[in-house]
Amino acid sequence: MASKFTRSNGTGWLMAGPAVTLIAAFVIFPFFFAIALSFTNQRLISPNPTEFTGLANYRQLLGLSMLTLDPVRDDAGAVVMKDGAAQYPALRSFTRKNPKYPQLDGMREWFAFDTPFGGDARTFILARDVVFMIAIMNTVLFVLVVAPVQAGLALGLALLINQRLRGINVFRAIYFMPVVVSIVVVSLLWKLIYDGSSGLLNSLLSSISFGLIPPVEWLGDPSTALGAIIAMSIWQAVGFHMVIWLSGLQTISPTLYEAAAIEGASKWQVFRFITWPGLRNTAVLILIVITMQAFGLFAQIDVMTNGGPLDSTQTIVFQAIDRGYGKQDISGASAISVILFVIVLTISLFQRWLTREKT
Amino acid sequence: MAMISGDNHGLRLAVRYTVLALIALIFIFPLVFMVMSSFKPDQQLLVDASSLRAFLPVGDISLNNYSAAFERAPVGLFVFNSVLVTGVTVALSLLICSAAGFAFVFINWKGRGVILSVLLATLIVPFETIAIPMLLMVSKLPWLGMEGLTWGWLNSYHVQIIPFIADGLTIFLFVQYFKDLPGELIEAARVEGASWFQIYRRIVMPLSGPILATAAILKFLAMYNQYLWPLMVTQEEGYRPVMVGLQYFFQLNIAWGEVMAYLSLITLPVLGFYLYLQKAFIASIASTGVKG
Repeated sequence: MASKFTRSNGTGWLMAGPAVTLIAAFVIFPFFFAIALSFTNQRLISPNPTEFTGLANYRQLLGLSMLTLDPVRDDAGAVVMKDGAAQYPALRSFTRKNPKYPQLDGMREWFAFDTPFGGDARTFILARDVVFMIAIMNTVLFVLVVAPVQAGLALGLALLINQRLRGINVFRAIYFMPVVVSIVVVSLLWKLIYDGSSGLLNSLLSSISFGLIPPVEWLGDPSTALGAIIAMSIWQAVGFHMVIWLSGLQTISPTLYEAAAIEGASKWQVFRFITWPGLRNTAVLILIVITMQAFGLFAQIDVMTNGGPLDSTQTIVFQAIDRGYGKQDISGASAISVILFVIVLTISLFQRWLTREKT
Repeated sequence: MAMISGDNHGLRLAVRYTVLALIALIFIFPLVFMVMSSFKPDQQLLVDASSLRAFLPVGDISLNNYSAAFERAPVGLFVFNSVLVTGVTVALSLLICSAAGFAFVFINWKGRGVILSVLLATLIVPFETIAIPMLLMVSKLPWLGMEGLTWGWLNSYHVQIIPFIADGLTIFLFVQYFKDLPGELIEAARVEGASWFQIYRRIVMPLSGPILATAAILKFLAMYNQYLWPLMVTQEEGYRPVMVGLQYFFQLNIAWGEVMAYLSLITLPVLGFYLYLQKAFIASIASTGVKG
């Protein structure tokens, strides 16, 4: 619409102005503010002036080091064993003000493994902030499980719902129901369902297995807590993506299906050669949206576990809020936010590249 | 389908409905459990949870949990706060974002292309990554209110409203919708001498029912269910919305009956609203996925 009648700089700015101003103030500015703050020592309330500290926050968060140690040997040269395991020199002697290892000062062990081809030697991975490393790994694990499983289940539900049956809209409405319920409500509700002594889940498992499955403290056990949160998160959000798949399915022309029926194509062939190619754009969108949402994992953790037990449900956003709000360390939290944004951006660009149109 | 014999067809139909119903149970059982538990005393609630009685209104049924929840927390105040913040944000968002969408699609002004792309680029910034710097920012912003000029927006209604009025997604939805409206109509109205404001009010808005409903529903869900932001900016009880109010029930020995009553209280109106406008809700989510 480039006619002179539609030209009006004044009115254009006047009508777009409020929205543009608000987004500039409350999205774009905080975004760059986060980047700027991450290079300082800003606190929420502090008597001291803010100082530029360069990469200190990032070094503190991401600092990693590797240390390969030989086991302790006695005078005869034999490896000293304790409880059936070889003994290694105490890491503390390297990470506590050891003048020979100034770069390791203040670090803690993250994990360790036997050095490959290193005989008895063992390699220790040290991190300056072990909890943050665990938070990154948990978040990445959460995303890696939730993105494909949730997208896949949502597609299955969409295909199921996309048939012509009397009353199918009732089922669609029910599957979608958890989406309109707040994740905070859902989390509290499932906290009781997951409860070890009086939870519904344990009694259900026990009755269908005739008592063979012992009760599990789902949120209190480091090996099940994150899994329990993953399952609940998928339960809550899968209906959302079902609806998006459904709208993608409905853009596929019915004539293609008719043609396939005439050709005598099998159900799998129809899916493989008509449905799936028709859903390409939807698939890209859904993967990116789920990934972005999954990286924001916070409310479930805050309500159900507070990051525990034993940091097994720490996440990046939970760490950011814990520091920025709980400990008032705005600059550290900003650095975490920037790290999160870089991860999200990298992954969505990667997903876009993976699912690009091959020409 | 018509080729299949009667019996076979009936069996297949039964299998399909069984599968659909079993899946429906998975999605609905926690919500039924929530409502039924809200009527039971704690002791019975926990015992019932180990049997099918969890889903039935049996035993010692009363509204005691509801009155106890009202005693424990100012539930009425929280509901009022939520309704106020959500209602005002939705209304302002529809007005400001539709006006912006109108300007981007129909009016030819300098810089609109660049600005629209910048606004759409903000869609890839998750709110969680800007929440903390925004907290610092709003704690220092000035506000001109009844008591004159004050500094800091914490503990107020406007801190929960203003940052969420405009967002890239809502503007994007309006832009997509307006693009499909007949542009000749608007141009003809201009030739006739109609003002932009008249065109917006008299021509475009009356044609925008579906997109206004979509934008309103999405904003409503996002605002009513918000947790992280109000948690940080409302340290004072007076401004807390319902989701933050949940914290009153997080004690060491959780009184589950009261929790379930509170959860039902803040969830059932939304669920009722959803079931009533089910088609519009689902269409609104679907529209975020079209043309992605």
